[in-house]
Formats: sequence, C-alpha cells, structure tokens
Amino acid sequence: MSDNASATAAADLLAEVADLMVAALNLDNAAGAIDPDAPLFGEGLGLDSIDILEVALAVSKRYGFQLRSDDEDNVRIFASLRSLADHVAQHRTK
Amino acid sequence: MKPRRTALTAHAGPEDIVAWRAAAAVTRDQFLSDVMTLARSLPVGEYLLNTCEDRYRFMVGFSAALVAGKISLLPASQSMATVRQLAASYPGLFCLHDGKGASADVPQLPYPEMPVAVDSAPVPEIEVDRVAVILFTSGSTGLPVAQTKTWGALVRNGRAEAARLGFLDGQGTSFAIVGTVPAQHSYGLESTILLTLHGGCALWHGRPFYPADIVDALAAVPRPRLLVSTPFHLRALLESQVGLPATDMMLSATAPLSAGLAREAEVRLGGTLIEIYGCTEAGQLASRRTGETVRWTPLADIRLDQQDGVTFASGGHVDGRQRLGDVIELGDDGTFLLHGRHADMVNIAGKRTSLAYLNHQLGAVTGVEDGCFFMPDDGTDESITRLAAFVVAPTLMPRQLLDALRGRLDPIFLPRPLVFVDRLPRNATGKLPRAELKALLAKHAKAAP
Repeated sequence: MSDNASATAAADLLAEVADLMVAALNLDNAAGAIDPDAPLFGEGLGLDSIDILEVALAVSKRYGFQLRSDDEDNVRIFASLRSLADHVAQHRTK
Repeated sequence: MKPRRTALTAHAGPEDIVAWRAAAAVTRDQFLSDVMTLARSLPVGEYLLNTCEDRYRFMVGFSAALVAGKISLLPASQSMATVRQLAASYPGLFCLHDGKGASADVPQLPYPEMPVAVDSAPVPEIEVDRVAVILFTSGSTGLPVAQTKTWGALVRNGRAEAARLGFLDGQGTSFAIVGTVPAQHSYGLESTILLTLHGGCALWHGRPFYPADIVDALAAVPRPRLLVSTPFHLRALLESQVGLPATDMMLSATAPLSAGLAREAEVRLGGTLIEIYGCTEAGQLASRRTGETVRWTPLADIRLDQQDGVTFASGGHVDGRQRLGDVIELGDDGTFLLHGRHADMVNIAGKRTSLAYLNHQLGAVTGVEDGCFFMPDDGTDESITRLAAFVVAPTLMPRQLLDALRGRLDPIFLPRPLVFVDRLPRNATGKLPRAELKALLAKHAKAAP
C-alpha cells in the first residue's frame, strides 16, 4: 500500500471509530466534530469508566477483539480518538 | 465490664485460603502475618484512607486498621477536592495506597513488601462496638454525609448475607469471589471483604473491568465461583462475544436488574443470580432471585415497617430505625415489592405515586413495546402540572391505550399529552435522560396544531 493509500485508510478508520463512539454513547456531537487528538476523559469529551466499557463493547463487536486491562495501557488507548483508532488498527480481526 | 469482641475472621484453620493472587493462594496465616506487619507500620493518625485497588491489599489495610484501633474512611470518590475536605474534617488522616496514591497533601503510606509468614498467629479479636469504617453518601445538600459502621454491625451484615446465600450451612464450602465493584463502596465491602472474612469465602485480588478481564479472573480461581457485580457489568459481559466460565453464583446490586437479563445470566453462566437490596445507611436488607420472582425477602432479623407511606428498616445489623428512600409495597408475609426511589415521586393535587410505578403500569398494557411517563418542570403559575407519557405501541390507537390505563391508574395520573413515538431516546445504559424527554415533549408541542 502506498503512503497515500494507508493515510486514507487511517482517516477512514478514524471516522468509523468516531461514528461507533457517537452511536455507542448517544453523544450529541456529530462524529466529525470530535477532535481526534483531544482527550476522551475529563476536560475533553468527559467520558467516564462506564462509557469506556460501552465503547469497548462496541469495539469488540465491530472489530472482533477484546480489550484487556492487564496487557495494554488503557490510559494510552483511551487518550484520544486517534490512539483508540490506532489500537483498533493493530488488533482488529475483522 | 469487659467489651464484647468478635474475631477478625471466621476462617478457622491456619491453612484456610482467604485470597487468590495470580501466582498462588494466600492462607489465613499469611494474611494475619500481612495484617500484623502493616498494623505495626501505620502512622499515629486515627483515620486511614484506604485507596488500594488490589482487593487483597485493601482487605489487609482494612484489617490492620481494625487491629491498630484506627478507622477506615471510604469516600464515594477519591477526587482531590474530596480528599482535601476529608483531611480538614479528620485530622491525622493518612492514605494507604498501592499505586498512584491520593492526590492531595495527606501523608502517604505505600503498601509495603510483605515477609513470608513463618509461624501461626492467633486471630485478633476486635471490639464489636468500635467504629470500623465511615462511608459517605451524597446528602440532599450535595455535601457528603458520614455513615459510621461499627465492627459488630459489619460482621452481622456479612453473616446475614452469607446465611442467605447458603454459605453458613456447615458444609465448609468456600466460594472464590471475583468482584467488579470497588471494595471501597458499601456493596463491595459487604459482598467481597465481609463475605471473605465472615462468610468463609476467598477473594480474587484483582478488580476486573473489561468482559475479557472478568472471564480471565473467573478462570483463574477454582469453583465454586461467586461473581459480585452490577447490572451494567453483567450486561457488558453477556453482550461481549467471550466464552464464559462456569460461575456458580452471581450477585447484582446498585441498580435494578431486569428479569430477562437475570435469566440470561443464569443460563449462560450456569449459576444462580441473586440481587441484593440495600443502601449505605442501613446496609444490606433483602435479596431475591430475580429470574424467578419480583418479590424481595428481607435478610434474617431485618424488619420493615411503614408509617405515612415511608418505610423504615430495623433489626439485625441496622443501627436503630433507618428511613429508606424507596417506595416499598409490603406484603403480609414480610416480602415486598420495590417501586423505585422517592426521588421519582410524583405528587399531583395531593395524590402521590412514583414514575417507576406509572412506567410499570404503562409497560404492562398489551401492545405497549416501550414507554415512559414524564413529569414536566413545575410551571410558575398556579395551574397543576400534568404528566406526559411517551409510548411505542404501533398496534394501539390512543383511545385504546387510554382506556387500558384508566383501568390501572387514578385518573389524575393519566398522561396529557400521550405521545406516540417510533422509539424512546434511551441512552447507552438504557436510561432516559431528562433533557431528551424534555426535548421530545417540546418537539411534540410544536408539531401539535
């Protein structure tokens, strides 16, 4: 895949994960309005651990892998939409 | 008079297993050795903020505080503001932690390295009248309200729960507990720590979060297994596409569980699901097997009585006579139905009911797929605010539905307007945010001729 094609794929996945998050959490934001680099916790989107579990469930159904607390750094995975999308890109089975 | 005392733990044998760590089981002797080691290294302050995330370490910290004559503080949150407030109200507060520690300037005590137990120690005896923990509830003013629990009350609560679950039948069966709830919350304290100390169980040290973590934790402990969880974690576990290990018993509390989810959990996990009813003020009060019955049965020695529509709990581990914040329908046999919190009380022209009760009646009408009542904000004029209702019932005519409701409800509670919709704006947890319902009502009012 050329650099261009892989950049497009990454952007597509970013948009897809944003859609999934908005749907899973019934967010008021339009998916495209989520800043991919803003923190998901606290001052960013203000998600809490219940939301994280909701998103993790949606991710496992859509991309066919389970998130775990012990083998990955959750703080890093859920640092931003981009880091979550990167994690999905690395671990997806479908 | 000599003060009455109760053992720190009812585990009788020095080799009894009290906890499971990833590498090995922890015996009662090792646990007591850890407790005494920590008790000796506690600072002089009287109050301990125990933020240990590891459940075993939390239990050691809780026990060491008891042995050393200190009081464990268990706030609902460990935010910086909360810890500062606690430090101001409880001089000498220090924080036991096993990770990042508390975020305010109270003295920090990292959980120490523990030596391997070399000899058998006697089980410490703790005075039953001594305050063991202070839990905090959110008061009506928003300021936390302290709820003190004596050691004797905690033990009675734990034993009553253990008896209800059949753990004190003399068979000596030890359940391995996997908890998804924090030990710092009253339900987690009662159903993981006290069931271990006084219900003959052994706890898994971790607190699994994701469904895959819960599965790993369950698989790491021997049967019989007890999963101590919430409706939310149970739903996530059942919806995720993970293989579920056989789990002999599941507990659920903190929010109402549907009979459907309860039955699905029983089928897929292969065990019995028991829902616990209680509150921080009174502790655990009743249980039910949600897949089989809607009625709650009080724990042994717990009595409920009512006065002017308010229910009070007393007896057993309950301190005095505690007012309950829920709408309860008491049966002649002592069992009861729960109709929701007083917070959703509706009072129209002096007649009272709860939104939960109204929603239940609406949902019980044949042809109603989903529905809810909504109490608009009180108007500023003298007019009586009426209830609205939203309903998903594609096969019903409005008149049919109103007629059916008239048979079930006092006319004052009949909805005006009754709005037919394609679906309700439920959020991810199945709740209906008030703001959403408000917007839906406004949209309807605008569309109306």
